Amino acid sequence: MPWKTKPVRSGNLVFWNTLLLAFREIRRNVMRSVLTILGIVIGVAAVIVMVTIGGGATVQVKQQIASMGSNLLMVTPGKRLGPGQSTGSIPFKESDAAAIAREVNSVKAVAPLSTQSAKAVFGNQNWSTQVAGSNNRYLQVTNRSIQSGRQFTDSEVRSGAAVCLIGETVRAKLFGGQGAIGEKIRLHGTSTSTSTGTGTSTSGSTGTGSSSGTGTGGATTTTSTNLSCEVIGLLTAKGQSTMGTDQDDFVVIPLAAYQRRLAGNQDVGIIQVSVEEGVSTEKVRQDIVRLLRDRRHLSPSDDDNFNVMDMKEIVKMLTGTTQMMTALLSAVAAVSLLVGGIGIMNIMLVSVTERTREIGIRLAVGALESEVLMQFLVEAVVLSSFGGVIGIVLALTTSVWLAGVLHVPFVFNAGIVVLAFLFSAAVGVIFGYFPALKAARLDPIEALRHE
Amino acid sequence: MNMVAFTQTDNQLLIELRGVTKVYGTGQAAMHALRGVDLRIYEGEFLAVMGPSGSGKSTCMNILGCLDTATAGTYRFKGIEVNRLTRQQRTKLRRFYLGFVFQGFNLLNRTSALENVELPLIYRGASAHERREHALQALDTVGLRGWESHTPGELSGGQQQRVAIARAIVTRPTVLFADEPTGNLDSARSHEIMELLTGLNRNRGVTIVMVTHEPDMAAYAKRVIRFVDGLVASDEPNGGKT
Repeated sequence: MPWKTKPVRSGNLVFWNTLLLAFREIRRNVMRSVLTILGIVIGVAAVIVMVTIGGGATVQVKQQIASMGSNLLMVTPGKRLGPGQSTGSIPFKESDAAAIAREVNSVKAVAPLSTQSAKAVFGNQNWSTQVAGSNNRYLQVTNRSIQSGRQFTDSEVRSGAAVCLIGETVRAKLFGGQGAIGEKIRLHGTSTSTSTGTGTSTSGSTGTGSSSGTGTGGATTTTSTNLSCEVIGLLTAKGQSTMGTDQDDFVVIPLAAYQRRLAGNQDVGIIQVSVEEGVSTEKVRQDIVRLLRDRRHLSPSDDDNFNVMDMKEIVKMLTGTTQMMTALLSAVAAVSLLVGGIGIMNIMLVSVTERTREIGIRLAVGALESEVLMQFLVEAVVLSSFGGVIGIVLALTTSVWLAGVLHVPFVFNAGIVVLAFLFSAAVGVIFGYFPALKAARLDPIEALRHE
Repeated sequence: MNMVAFTQTDNQLLIELRGVTKVYGTGQAAMHALRGVDLRIYEGEFLAVMGPSGSGKSTCMNILGCLDTATAGTYRFKGIEVNRLTRQQRTKLRRFYLGFVFQGFNLLNRTSALENVELPLIYRGASAHERREHALQALDTVGLRGWESHTPGELSGGQQQRVAIARAIVTRPTVLFADEPTGNLDSARSHEIMELLTGLNRNRGVTIVMVTHEPDMAAYAKRVIRFVDGLVASDEPNGGKT
């Protein structure tokens, strides 16, 4: 008789057939499928975007600090009170910087640095910026270079000549398309002196400004100062820093000019020390601490009244912070992935009820309980994986765009993409299992009667 | 009557029910749907099962179709004691030997006729090529060549029932269970479906067990049994309408 039963095949073919059933089912109800996976799409996209942008930010922090010179020590006055510095401590003098350069081994460059905010004026343009008083060493320790023009000459540094180097932002704001080299700009700053201070007074200031300090308690006097200087060089642009500050928004003048004409004192705010390559920064740090304790006449029982910070610590701290932020944001995003999973379970449960009759038909024509279970499970996994893939595509596009907007490098993280995909598939298995079990346990007769 | 087909399949005992009872619920609320049914069905038969609503004919069909189990008594299918099989084994029995046609067609919505007919073959693990080939063949048998890409919504009731029949026979089952296959169709369509079933029985030797209300449809069968109150009240050979 030709009408005979065919032998059953198993294994691979059954798997592909289950997959085929799942695809047919998804295709049959496109709208429902799209709504089902929406949660997963958003969840996966959110996680990947967070991790990618966070990773980019971490890379940027590292890059910027590396560009600043990672073997850099920052010497600040005041006790170490966490980030920032305490008040009321004895400031450094230029001689301290000179002493470090002279007496500490393995030091490549030492730059004394004082800064304040000031208004730069050229013609009818003005711009609020930072003025730094330092010397050519400053460029060396901060890895800056001159794009056009020249750096200070030794005699300009010694005499405190009225010359300046400007950052790209300052140039753009004041000069626009014009050339800046050789032009004179005016800097409006403030001098702050304490009447009971170290003896320096505003008399050193040759500024024409009037006293603006109200002198509450008579302790502090604030005086407007200004200085006209010639632009001799333009610094190579560096762009935005991790913290969002513009690294090209400043003017550098010789320290002597800064002290005499703007600040009105002989103080140095910070001493930056770059250490030779391959030398332990810790050893140099200890040497500097010893030298400065000696120069500041501290007895062995006294605490340091200054702080030497290793740039590497700052790198660690900053990358630690960005990584922590990334982890937190990703955790929030992961919750949305979980919510997406619950969405899948919801729709699958509704779908089981809605498809009761269909399940009855399948059972009647010979589908095993395990096959119905597999079909629903595969459907859930295919759906959620599909959502995962769409989420990945969405995330990568968004990340590229967002990286551009936030000025953060786009760092493709294959690990998180794979992880997000696997997680979305796992969500399908976990949240698809219960509805699938419900479907498989249906009684065929009851299911067929269901309307 | 096609004597050749009849003699080929005659006298092979296919189904045997002995003292089969079915009780729903327990205690005072117990409902005795079957009260001890004895029935023998031979290969190649075309059996019509009649009886009023609640007489137990549908319950009996479900038990015969291995969709339900008897409370007591024995059911042998090809000598196998079905009441001793597990749910999974009964499913396999359905998969390889039984075909079903329902009153409400029970096709998958938004699914083409071809894919509907392919469905049982998927569970048998047939390859895509075999599936397509056999499904097209089955659709051809029921006279729906050219309609394979239509979904149930695009087909008339009669055509839908033909698709359902194609789905039932695509696996080449030993027995075809038809539960009021013409219940939702008009008279002309009903007779077409009956012609189709008669043809399958006569030319392919498919054993058919059909539940029906309508004497017109039962007239196509070679044997008619009547259920009354959960028992077989009459069991008579029938000429078989030609």
